[in-house]
Amino acid sequence: MNPLELARAVPGPAFTITLDGRDLEALPGQTVAAALWAAGVTSWRTTRGEGRPRGIFCGIGVCFDCLVTVNDRPNQRACLVRVRPGDAISTQEGTGHGR
Amino acid sequence: MGAEPGLPRLTIVGAGPAGLAAALAAAGQGVRVTVVDSAEAPGGQFYRQPAAALGARRPQALHHRWRTWQRLRDGLERQVAAGHVTHLPDHHVWCVERRPDAPRPFTVHALLGPDQETPVEVRADAVLLATGGYEKVLPFPGWTLPGVVTAGGAQAMLKGGLVVSGRTAVVAGTGPLLLPVATGLAAAGVTVAALVESADPKALVRRTGALVGRADKLAEGAGYAVELLRRRVRTLVRHTVVEAHGDDRLEAVTVVALDAEGRVRPGTERRIPCDTLAVGHGMLPHTDLAETLGCRVEPTGAGVWADDEQRTDVPGVWAAGETTGIGGAALSLAEGHIAGRSAAARLLGRAPDPGEWAEAAKSRGKLREFFGVLDAVYVPPTHWTEQVTDDTVVCRCEEVTAGAVREAVGELGAGDVRTVKLLTRAGMGWCQGRMCGPAVAGIAGCAETVARRPFARPVPLGVLARAGETAEEGDGIP
Repeated sequence: MNPLELARAVPGPAFTITLDGRDLEALPGQTVAAALWAAGVTSWRTTRGEGRPRGIFCGIGVCFDCLVTVNDRPNQRACLVRVRPGDAISTQEGTGHGR
Repeated sequence: MGAEPGLPRLTIVGAGPAGLAAALAAAGQGVRVTVVDSAEAPGGQFYRQPAAALGARRPQALHHRWRTWQRLRDGLERQVAAGHVTHLPDHHVWCVERRPDAPRPFTVHALLGPDQETPVEVRADAVLLATGGYEKVLPFPGWTLPGVVTAGGAQAMLKGGLVVSGRTAVVAGTGPLLLPVATGLAAAGVTVAALVESADPKALVRRTGALVGRADKLAEGAGYAVELLRRRVRTLVRHTVVEAHGDDRLEAVTVVALDAEGRVRPGTERRIPCDTLAVGHGMLPHTDLAETLGCRVEPTGAGVWADDEQRTDVPGVWAAGETTGIGGAALSLAEGHIAGRSAAARLLGRAPDPGEWAEAAKSRGKLREFFGVLDAVYVPPTHWTEQVTDDTVVCRCEEVTAGAVREAVGELGAGDVRTVKLLTRAGMGWCQGRMCGPAVAGIAGCAETVARRPFARPVPLGVLARAGETAEEGDGIP
């Protein structure tokens, strides 16, 4: 049993997004975080100070730990932003604004 | 705008159980109701739904009290169709402004959509705050590793996204929320290696007074116990996670037993391999909007003060649900119902009849007493700070360590959390101390105080500069 089976989900057709140029399959309605989790990815940014990996923490938009760069826009909360076909997600280094 | 004749307008912030109950209670009473909510669909955290595009035919598999949700959802749809209620989803409220002499004294400032850069303003004659709560997590070495999530976060990702982060989970911390999280993950195919509860629920039995008459709550607890047994989830009470292990992601946790004083019992360490740790130590109310409005908030941050009608001490402002104190969905429904009835009556210039909500008031009283007992039992281990090493990051946003907090107190003489914040930057990052507030206070040995935040979420400067000049959101009601 997986969560989709548990809820007897019949999602719309899957589409492709990229993470750092690598193709991933995503389902319509998923947030960026859900799509990455479904693909087995749990971290998608590094911290500004120590460069440590981070991903989802609170899952509801409060903690800002899941910040990520979506289509060149840095600091998007992966738990709130929905994926769209062709989205280019990139691992966010530090502030996401380059160095 | 604003001064046009018509029905008085009540704006409700939040579409969880309290906000929806309030909207349904006020709708059809002769007031216009606007529900402003940050989610794309109503329900709040408790009734968080999978996105429609995921096509879940049986979302109730992840929920409790589905019939209550159906009643709320259908009621909202009916009232929206009848033109009594406007629902504004994906509107993230950052501030509620009060100008007593304006034609409509309240302006609810929101940011639209996930980008949260487009401003929207909703004007109202009264506001009802149903902003809910969020989870408290106390730090321990390794808690910043990917794979460590809040218990509620794991549940939100499961309910809303139909995803889990791995194959093997440990659910840990303290509080009743851990039970549905553990059973939900197990039902979704995750191997739950252990449910680690630091309190001893047997203490509940010694406080049976408040449990009398709460057969429903006892049955709910028993139901979870049966479910955990059926799914072979090992439950460890009076145990706690003291460390999460891994380099770039979680690989295992160390769990220890606690003695009667809440201290680690030496020699009881055991390592449990897992790729997910869902951890939580209770809940905190969202009180930012109420604070900005000048509402009285309990000094420990336990919630917004409200009277028997759910009125705050600021005229025209009601509060209901977990923003007034953590107490679950049923209490939120009761408070929301009372608040909605009261606000509608007051807006129409009459004193409400408490007889209208006698049943809700009775339920509210019993549930508050019940959650008072739960609060006393489900507390984090008394000596939790002893396990927080100096190099443990406490403030996740600014990467402030426990050592820096201790230095601020011990060597620099900080005597309160505000001074600790100024000396260390703990609480100055993106989340504005929502995650680290209780941890910093605990490690510093200072009293937990209400954090004063002028805005409930980050606001682009351009939006701030133009606040008050934005066209009002059309509410669709003639």
